[in-house]
Amino acid sequence: MSDARASSAPNPTPVWRSVLNAIGKVGPVFLVLVILIAWITYLNPRFIEPTFFLNFLRRAAPLMILAAGQLFVVVTGGFDLSQGSLVTLTVLAGALLAFGDPGNTWWVIALLYGIGFLVGLFNGSVTSFLRVPSFITTLGMLLSLKGLALLWTGGAPRGALPDNFRAFGRATIDGVPFVGRLPWAVIALVVLSAFFIYLFHFTVLGKHALAVGDNQHAARLAGVRVSLVRISAFVISSLAAVTAGIMLGGFSGVSINVGDGLELESISAVVLGGAALLGGRGNMPAALAGALTLQALFTLLNFLGLPSPIRVTVQGAIIIGAVAYAAWRAVRAGQERGA
Amino acid sequence: MSAATQSLPQRLRRVRIPIIWWLLLVTFLTAWLLVTLYGRGDFVAPSNLNNIVERATALGIVAVGQTFAILVGSLDLSVAYLISVTAVMASYIMQGDPSRVPLAIAVVAGIGVVVGLVNGLLVTKLRINPLIATLGVGLILRGLLNASFQNFAGSVPRSFQYLAYGSIGPVPVPMLLFAVVVAIAAWILMRTRFGAHVYAVGGDRATARLSGIRSDRIVIGAHVLTSLTAVITGLYLVSRLSSGAPWIGPDGVYDLESIAAVVVGGTVLAGGRGGVLGTVAGVLIFATLDTMFNQLGVDSYLKQVLRGLIIIGAVAVYAYRSKEVVG
Repeated sequence: MSDARASSAPNPTPVWRSVLNAIGKVGPVFLVLVILIAWITYLNPRFIEPTFFLNFLRRAAPLMILAAGQLFVVVTGGFDLSQGSLVTLTVLAGALLAFGDPGNTWWVIALLYGIGFLVGLFNGSVTSFLRVPSFITTLGMLLSLKGLALLWTGGAPRGALPDNFRAFGRATIDGVPFVGRLPWAVIALVVLSAFFIYLFHFTVLGKHALAVGDNQHAARLAGVRVSLVRISAFVISSLAAVTAGIMLGGFSGVSINVGDGLELESISAVVLGGAALLGGRGNMPAALAGALTLQALFTLLNFLGLPSPIRVTVQGAIIIGAVAYAAWRAVRAGQERGA
Repeated sequence: MSAATQSLPQRLRRVRIPIIWWLLLVTFLTAWLLVTLYGRGDFVAPSNLNNIVERATALGIVAVGQTFAILVGSLDLSVAYLISVTAVMASYIMQGDPSRVPLAIAVVAGIGVVVGLVNGLLVTKLRINPLIATLGVGLILRGLLNASFQNFAGSVPRSFQYLAYGSIGPVPVPMLLFAVVVAIAAWILMRTRFGAHVYAVGGDRATARLSGIRSDRIVIGAHVLTSLTAVITGLYLVSRLSSGAPWIGPDGVYDLESIAAVVVGGTVLAGGRGGVLGTVAGVLIFATLDTMFNQLGVDSYLKQVLRGLIIIGAVAVYAYRSKEVVG
């Protein structure tokens, strides 16, 4: 298409085009993220000082972990709408069971992960064996888990999270060279991100999840245990939600709507990271970056001093814009390949 | 259509009684039995049956619209906030003045058409996944609404409350409203070219397009209908509450519950199969259970737990019967 221009130009592949190609390869979400962070830094130069930036990462950690879990489900062609309610259940049940006693923390956390495991097992099994669309399975779980959390606590937060429970969300390691105070949540985030990237890109499970989402019949014929893969994806997503709940309980405290809407934010994050809804395509670093981008967007809108309802509007517009751009790119790529 | 040349019995045979009506019957009889044994009040008293239908009206109208979106293979998560926008704008414009009612209805209907067009255009022309597109539109509506109104705004005139509290002879107006919406929707789906195209596009969009159907227009049209039913639900709710508040829609979880009612009613989430009568049955099941739980004195949170499990269970019943594998 650019024959005429290419022959007259001294350089057949201009710099801007190779830059664009490079961005196209790593995914536009990283570019958007860099732009947002640059913009926030312009408004508030202290933002990239280690203390502030680590604090930003700490606030982004729960959404990033939710998005990582959600990605496993999304690439298999499903949705997990129950994440937000599971976060709420984790926080409310954690406070009620531990009741402020540090001695209870460890068994409570173990129990919460047990609940998360069962929720994932249920979501995955109902979707796989009863063949209920995951949208409906997890929608039912969204209602049931929120109801269960409120039923258990009698409709209002009771008890309290002990300090050593809250440490995962709020504690810091002081006096670290170069960065100063290092939040536990950021360490956990880094470790878990590495683990999720390994699990998604370097294990058989990750490959199989993509295969199931791309074409489950082909995957089954190729010897993939489709049900097992799908159930594993839901279990990972639920365990991620429990982890996010423990972190959120740590720094935002106990409230009955702590998890509301998080499932849609994590799906948005995954889609911002270029994953295809209905399965078959996804990238873990990009999904994590998608969540970070969403958090950066919230921060930017905050710094711009917009009233909070307008922030919601801008968030909606940007999610639509990002996905429209991704769809447009996919169509163009298809045309170039002659599809 | 060829239906015109068929005899009436032939046409009736084509209308198979879907399993959902059996489910509704079983639910109703179970509820009747349980309430008679353990609850208070007479479950089949006319006032109670009336109560069930009134509970079903608000959700039912928007669920009928949601059926169109789902039948074409889309869905609409923006209805909850559109219901709020309608309720608030209607009572804000009316300000208790009967002469402003037509203006208010015209404005909210206009908003509904615009929202439906936007949803439809995003899904078709920009090829955005409907979940994300309508979620985004819902967020935009929510932000605009909350930026402008924080509390009850304006009020509707007494005459407008006729919509929620009036009755024509023994028939309450809400029941009539619900019946009219269902009748129109069923007529559109079963008797019009647009309705036939809705099934064609939802069944297989590529084939429909190759058959000469302008599938984008059908999807957009379905979204406009969905939005318009959300507007009607909004008007009904504001008539009942006498003033609109921004939290009316999201508090009723009309987005997810309308989708649940449609799917429980036997419409396939992937599109192409189902219909509004199943949706009506789905909504009536929800309302029957709600009434039963109330009469049995079940805790409201336990009610929510059970409702979630019932949604899963009902859909599992169909999925088990169908041979298809679903995502």
